[in-house]
Amino acid sequence: MDVALLIGIFPQVLLDGITLGFMYALIALGYTMVYGVLEFINFAHSEIFIVGAFVGVEVMLGLKSAGLLDGLPWPVVLVLVLLAGMAGSGFLAVTVERVAYRPLRNAPRLIPLISAIGISFFLQDMIRLFESLWRNAFNLVYPTLDALNLRFELTETLDVSVKSLVVIGAALGMLWLLHMIVNRTKVGTAIRAVAEDQAAASLMGIDVNRMISLTFLIGGAMGGAAGVLFGVQYGLINPYSGFIPGLKAFTAAVLGGIGNIPGAMVGGLVLGLLEAFAASYLSLLTGGAFGAEYKDILAFSMLILILIFRPKGLLGEVVRERA
Amino acid sequence: MIRHRVYLVLALVAVLAAALVPVASDLAAQGKGTIKIATQSPLSGGQAALGEGIKLGAQLAIEKSKGALEKQGFKVDLVPFDDQAKPDVGVANAKNIIADKDILAVIGHLNSGVAIPSSEVYKEVSLVMISPANTNPVVTDRGYPNVNRVCGRDDVQGVVGSEFAHGTMKSKSVYIIHDKTPYGQGVAEFFKADAEKKGLKVLGFEGTEEKSNFDPIITPMKAKNPDAIYFGGIYDQAAPFFKQAREKGVKGKFLGPDGMDSSDLTKIAGKAVVGMYYTSAAGPASALPKAKAFSEEFKKKFGKNPEPYAAEAYDAATIAVKAIEAAAKSGKVPSREDVATAVRKAKLAGITGDIEFDAKGDRKKALYFVLQVASDDPAKWGDNKIVKQLTIAAPAAAAKK
Repeated sequence: MDVALLIGIFPQVLLDGITLGFMYALIALGYTMVYGVLEFINFAHSEIFIVGAFVGVEVMLGLKSAGLLDGLPWPVVLVLVLLAGMAGSGFLAVTVERVAYRPLRNAPRLIPLISAIGISFFLQDMIRLFESLWRNAFNLVYPTLDALNLRFELTETLDVSVKSLVVIGAALGMLWLLHMIVNRTKVGTAIRAVAEDQAAASLMGIDVNRMISLTFLIGGAMGGAAGVLFGVQYGLINPYSGFIPGLKAFTAAVLGGIGNIPGAMVGGLVLGLLEAFAASYLSLLTGGAFGAEYKDILAFSMLILILIFRPKGLLGEVVRERA
Repeated sequence: MIRHRVYLVLALVAVLAAALVPVASDLAAQGKGTIKIATQSPLSGGQAALGEGIKLGAQLAIEKSKGALEKQGFKVDLVPFDDQAKPDVGVANAKNIIADKDILAVIGHLNSGVAIPSSEVYKEVSLVMISPANTNPVVTDRGYPNVNRVCGRDDVQGVVGSEFAHGTMKSKSVYIIHDKTPYGQGVAEFFKADAEKKGLKVLGFEGTEEKSNFDPIITPMKAKNPDAIYFGGIYDQAAPFFKQAREKGVKGKFLGPDGMDSSDLTKIAGKAVVGMYYTSAAGPASALPKAKAFSEEFKKKFGKNPEPYAAEAYDAATIAVKAIEAAAKSGKVPSREDVATAVRKAKLAGITGDIEFDAKGDRKKALYFVLQVASDDPAKWGDNKIVKQLTIAAPAAAAKK
């Protein structure tokens, strides 16, 4: 075992893990907010996430064919793409809620879950249909912004790319924004009230349906932002790309304590780091006996362990008991 | 009430339509009967570019050579199936294929991992399969009388790759990634075994099904700084890997098997793969003098350049039609067994060279190439330079197993 190598790559793996973790955290927010309000798992969220990535790539390709991609300064492009992705995903999430979940609000708990799975399949193949008719493509490539690909070689094994810094920065900004909305504004208070007790909230004059729509809008927009960042960071998306990150983010939400917003962030970071370290170190530590392919086994074993000792997740206490 | 009536009408229409379809096809099949040839390849998903090429290549061949059969009074049809590059879908299609008695031959698949289980199904009814692209040795090493291929084998292709890495690229160390499919892992293992024999240092051997985030694999790889990086897999996964590796400052040279051979590789990875090498069991049209006319005709008919393996599919389908012709001498629709026997005996001066099968169904003399990516423009994929060209006989039946 090469100890110098193991220590050498540590900072790089840490950085990769944090980047991935923030992405999971952003997606996990969508699961956790909806669960907090409606106590049901929106399995279509993984597609809402990838729709954000597709809206983003379409805007970028549109700018490129208009010749503006290199003309505009890159932060402007990035903000534009992020906003477009957030708007696309946010409105999609609201529509999905209106069409597929609201009519089932009073149905038994399993029914909207099945509806969500159905929507998930429907969206995957709608994206596939649309992209194959529109661009005759299955995989879409994010155009590269040269400024984002700049790297700083800090040491022989640590490179920091502008891209991962931007991803981390944008994710932090989003999380801060969400925190402010939920905790410092009137609508935030109203959303929390609906989560606490829908009937009482509506007696206090809160429009419950509007607050639920708003929850979907915010959760969807966070997912859309994550989608754009995912595309920028990894460069390639296809209609089924959302499924695995969505599943991982759901896991992150459970890990942090589902229904709990800070929990989703913590869960995302923990899962991202676990995965990055498992994938990079497993084969080095075991001399190739267990390769990177075992990363999910390690990450999910940790999840099971954590849930055995803390069934409500890492930050689970905050979840209120429902009367 | 109105709603119910609408449903009723819809249901009636559906029943009528279902009842009419068999009548219509019976009318069409006048004469001595219908002969169908199926293709199985991914027509949707990330590998559709190659799969579509296989379908179109076979289509062109059938249109060109079906005349003799039609003169005898048969109707010859192509039925394309989409295996989605997934073993379960391929097997499900295979079951539908063997249930259709008119289908006398299958041209396919693209992926060895799909071809191996699907051919088990064809074998039940001795339905012949002629593969344009499956290079995994297991495909023919099972010794099935109905399984043949017109391309080379991975136990040769892997060695061609490692020889090139050692001899021409002068690499001292190599890092191997594969996609955990029978094809990708298979060819990577042959590459690895021979590389070790030649004294190349194998710094890592990793399998992954990841499609987007390769960071955790690239970081340890970069730290070990290999001279060459071999990806046993297919372009839709390899391209983002290569792109991310270059973006993260990996300096080693890239090398891969014939799974890299698609213009989509440069479409996704751009500059990162310019200058990389790949081995192939299907040469570019420029290397095959007879394939030039095929390329032009293909382009004229379908409005795009033939992807790799389209020419192989063309030859495979031609063999199928000729074999059916030979087996149908008596004037009746031949049995599936007879067609399989006729295919094994077939000799064809095809556009990819002379084709003859050995006792296992391998092509007696297959072509192998090493190519270099010339440009980051996907439209110029055809300009890729041939660095090395070899004709190697298939290993004897006793060599493996």
